[in-house]
Amino acid sequence: MPLAVTKFATCAGCACVCDDLELRANDERIFEAKNACELGRSWFLERPVSKVEATINGKPASLGDAIDRAAMILYEADSPLVFGLGETTAEAQREAVALAERLDATLDTETSLTHGTMELAAQLGGKVTGTLGEIRNRADLAVYWGANPVKTHPRHLERYSVHSTGKFRSRSDRTFVVVDVRESETAKEADVFLRIRPETDFEALTALRCLVRGQRIVRENLAETGLSFDQLRDLAERLKRARYGVIFVGMGLLQTRGKHMNASAATSLGIALNATGRFLVMPLRTPGNIGGADAMLDYATGYPFGVNFSRRYPRYNPGEFTAADLLERQDVDAALIVGANAMKRLPDAARTQLDRIPTIVIDREIANATVSITTAPAGISASGTVYRNDKIPIGLRPPIRSSRPSDEFVLRRIRDAIPD
Amino acid sequence: MSLPRLLLMPIRTSKQGQQVNIGKDHDDYLTMTTTLTVHPDDLKERNIPNGARVIVRTDHGEAEFVCTEGKVPRGMAFVPYGPPTCKLMGGDTDGTGMPTSKGWEFDMEEVRNAE
Repeated sequence: MPLAVTKFATCAGCACVCDDLELRANDERIFEAKNACELGRSWFLERPVSKVEATINGKPASLGDAIDRAAMILYEADSPLVFGLGETTAEAQREAVALAERLDATLDTETSLTHGTMELAAQLGGKVTGTLGEIRNRADLAVYWGANPVKTHPRHLERYSVHSTGKFRSRSDRTFVVVDVRESETAKEADVFLRIRPETDFEALTALRCLVRGQRIVRENLAETGLSFDQLRDLAERLKRARYGVIFVGMGLLQTRGKHMNASAATSLGIALNATGRFLVMPLRTPGNIGGADAMLDYATGYPFGVNFSRRYPRYNPGEFTAADLLERQDVDAALIVGANAMKRLPDAARTQLDRIPTIVIDREIANATVSITTAPAGISASGTVYRNDKIPIGLRPPIRSSRPSDEFVLRRIRDAIPD
Repeated sequence: MSLPRLLLMPIRTSKQGQQVNIGKDHDDYLTMTTTLTVHPDDLKERNIPNGARVIVRTDHGEAEFVCTEGKVPRGMAFVPYGPPTCKLMGGDTDGTGMPTSKGWEFDMEEVRNAE
């Protein structure tokens, strides 16, 4: 039987959300993913799908029974948590918001564990937004700070940034700068590489903002960054000369000491640079549709993550209503997790708490949980919408039909099964 | 004189990203996420041979890794994110929701088999 071809398929393996793939598949599996990077190939070809529909306390169960049990667990809980959502569709994320609201629950996503500090920085001082298409067509300077896209977002440079050929710019017109604590694979390709000392990003970014704005800085204070005054002045001049520049920030900046203040220093620098040109500061998000979770929560609740519905209206407070904090404080007595990888990103103390309380996991594979429900993986056999790194929504084109329900369907059924 | 503590830098790698798709419970993933890359001089200073099993201790927990020499800056150790690095992570998020995931100071000690 010939393999069916799906053109312009979308990969949600990372936040690049490449939509130029060509897939060859039969009814059960995908055999080829043309144009995909190594992460995309593994995302399409190697992800196992469970043969078991659902389990309750580790024993096989029907989907209906699992949904009823999940609904009762959540209904009986005083302080349930809905968490994850980074690897599912925007449609399922919308259902998760409705379910959390119905339960008076707390809703948090993997944003809090990845680029959430960037959202906090935007709330502190605002942000300038733009699309990856703009960057591809217009950017003449791209800085990667604490990021290694060659390994984490393999097609990012080629499709959207320094190596891409846009309407008005191509590689020869662009300057490619990397700031990192080590000479990463991305740094080896850069025109300028600055090796910064760990945990001095805030100081270096603040010094750059002073230089850009023509303010005086004490040169001796720069020593702790590992960068010289001349190196920083050279970078500041490049930033000021750029007609369209972008700073992509990675987890090397956002997850180290300083966190949201590092992010705020980067966004403040970006805002200052808009006095001389057009400048964006954008996180390199992970996982695939975590940008969608931010957009959906923003749209539905007004807040991007860490939202609590216990007073019947959305309240937002990172550090109080975020998963790692809630679990560490043992403030949660039941959890619904969409996408098992989310659990594995948590610190040990938080994961230990998950072992103590009833958990419901919705994932493509059976998980170690009180109730585990397997669903059709988004983009492989479930359709829907995912948001690219710049929050542009893109439709999925799943090449396979699955007998499994989608995450969206299961979340809606759980909500419907909750007693009045 | 005691040696200065090293800084742990969990990172994401392409192989780790591929392995996440296959499954985080596989042996390959475990091997990858327990391999710590350290500057050769930092190992020599601590009398730890290349390839040795070590216990890494932060202020928050401990986990076992295999040490390998690599081209990394002195004073730092790099390891792909995974369950072992989660054991070393403190739960405090400084009010941001995000635990500090990079830059923990740590000590390491070679694991010697019982005679």
